[in-house]
Amino acid sequence: MRTGQPNQPTGGTASELLRISELRVDFATEHGWANVLGGVSLDIHDGEIVGLVGESGSGKTVTGLSILGLVPSPPGRTSGGHIWLHDEDLTEVAEPRLRQIRGNEISMIFQEPMTSLNPAFTVGDQISETFRRHRRASRKQGTQRAVEVLDLVGIPNAATRVHAYPHEFSGGMRQRAMIAMALCCDPRLIIADEPTTALDVTVQSQILDLLRSMRAEIGTGILFITHDLGVVAELCDRVVVMYGGEVVETAPVHDLFQLPRHPYTEGLLSAMPQLGSRTAKLASIPGHTPEPWAMPNGCRFGPRCTYHQESCSESPVALESAGTERQARCARLAELNLRGAS
Amino acid sequence: MTASDTDPLVRVRGLNVTFAQKRLLGPTRSVRAVHDIDFDIGRGETLGLVGESGSGKSTTGRALLRLVPVESGSVQLAGQELTKLRGGELRKLRAAMQMVFQDPYSSLDPSTTVGASITEPFRVHQGLSRNQAWPRVLELLELVGLPASHANRYPYEFSGGQRQRIAIARALALHPKLIVCDEAVSALDVSTQNQVINLLEELRAEFELSYLFIAHDLAVVRHIAHRVAVMYLGRLVEVGPAERVYERPAHPYTEALLSAIPVPNPQRAGERERIVLHGDLPDPADPPAGCPFQNRCGYAMDICRESMPPMTEVADGGTVACHLQTTGPRLAGAVLRDANLSVGSGQ
Repeated sequence: MRTGQPNQPTGGTASELLRISELRVDFATEHGWANVLGGVSLDIHDGEIVGLVGESGSGKTVTGLSILGLVPSPPGRTSGGHIWLHDEDLTEVAEPRLRQIRGNEISMIFQEPMTSLNPAFTVGDQISETFRRHRRASRKQGTQRAVEVLDLVGIPNAATRVHAYPHEFSGGMRQRAMIAMALCCDPRLIIADEPTTALDVTVQSQILDLLRSMRAEIGTGILFITHDLGVVAELCDRVVVMYGGEVVETAPVHDLFQLPRHPYTEGLLSAMPQLGSRTAKLASIPGHTPEPWAMPNGCRFGPRCTYHQESCSESPVALESAGTERQARCARLAELNLRGAS
Repeated sequence: MTASDTDPLVRVRGLNVTFAQKRLLGPTRSVRAVHDIDFDIGRGETLGLVGESGSGKSTTGRALLRLVPVESGSVQLAGQELTKLRGGELRKLRAAMQMVFQDPYSSLDPSTTVGASITEPFRVHQGLSRNQAWPRVLELLELVGLPASHANRYPYEFSGGQRQRIAIARALALHPKLIVCDEAVSALDVSTQNQVINLLEELRAEFELSYLFIAHDLAVVRHIAHRVAVMYLGRLVEVGPAERVYERPAHPYTEALLSAIPVPNPQRAGERERIVLHGDLPDPADPPAGCPFQNRCGYAMDICRESMPPMTEVADGGTVACHLQTTGPRLAGAVLRDANLSVGSGQ
């Protein structure tokens, strides 16, 4: 083990897969350096599905990209923090080692299956590319592996379909192919960035079923990035809520929905569309996410918060323990009683 | 909807839209994107149009505005037949029917100020100069909840939700009777989405607007629609009052769609029964024989593979096209929940 690795959390197990601690990322903008991630910490255990939620601009995608060293630089730069994959700090390893990790130990699924597949190569070629590269396998072995994983993700007639081109696949099948690609080298961790957002609800529910069974069968850890709390409720074990480049709350999924401890989480929960009835007025959080070059002082959510007091804006608020296995970043944590999902 | 029963604003009968699909090799195929559709939209009413991608919902919206060629059928706006209009008459009609698109990033011209974008309808339809139209622009911006001072800003200076407000302001400029909202809130964060829906709802009440609200997100439609129409593979399979359709769906496809919506509560998410539809939407150029849903339907019977079911009345309101209503167990106007049918896996 290297020096400087943080201790295991209390009650934590040896199965900790990934730990991000105090990660800071800045982007060069015309307004100067803008702080996009302001000290993000989270961890994922083997076989755990962690939901990373927040509105657009909250920093969830940048967090996902940082893990694989995919934040474009310039304009981005990592200005602090560590990303531990077991005992290896990914912020310090050299590019060749990162290339060994990408697609092999950690793989990624993106939102747009349309643009993530190359139309000029067969699906099988693209799925097996990582396998051939990381395992030094032959083309034939690669194709065999592609058939296995296509079968695993429920593509009918995988042995024939492996030779098909992306345009011959429907949207749902393309997303399955992307998942097959991510699974090809038996990764320990999959980062899924809004993988179902572009899909129909019927296809979405197929893909969620698939991810659940992948976790059960292979024990892959999944970091599931989404803005849809409905999907989080269906899939995730634990939730990390981000706002303005910071983690504002983290909790087991049941606890978060039942009793949120941060006003932003409460706002997100109350804004969720309910199937109940045609209501007069839908709840919303006033205002919009701050621009990274114009972050408010103190609590970054302050200007939009219904419980805001002057003292909230005086100094940065720390992420504090808010019960068993949960934390929240709110200056009024002790006094507020927030409302959960109905 | 008292007025709508007798005198609907929009009356669509037997609407057909066909596209020619040219292929590099082989003959050109024709794809029937919209197939014999009938529906009405009352004055001040919101009709939600739902279905999977490729079901023909956007094409239906565009056909109302004559943005795609109508092959056959009738579309009437306040009693006036639209499918035969040409040239100047068609342009006049477009003032009465407006559209708000999904992507607020690409529906505004990035090289001109939003104020100038909003003056455009006045210049085209009413022959006003930019200066003459300007006071109206400021009014419209305030109407949609933006400060009038923002008129001189460019689209990139606005967030997604604000851009959608601007698109709505532009759609309202000429006092339309109908606005077709094609996935108008789908690209927005949930909180922003709610703000825009609240705005649409206020505007509807104030100006007695009618909306055709096209969306794939059924939860959103539940909030805004008075009535809901469900499309599958170019056909309407169920239409009815929103409450009846959501609580007591009469078509197996509606039932499956509703059960696929994520339940935003981990406790209840584990408890409910879910119908997972297998496979994908069939190729619209090569639809299955009989009922278009038969190859994915858990209740499919022999007759479903032979003939398209007729539209029949449902007891609590609306219509449905399903053989269960007329043949086999004979639901005859009852909703699915009342039938003691076993749900098989549809494949």
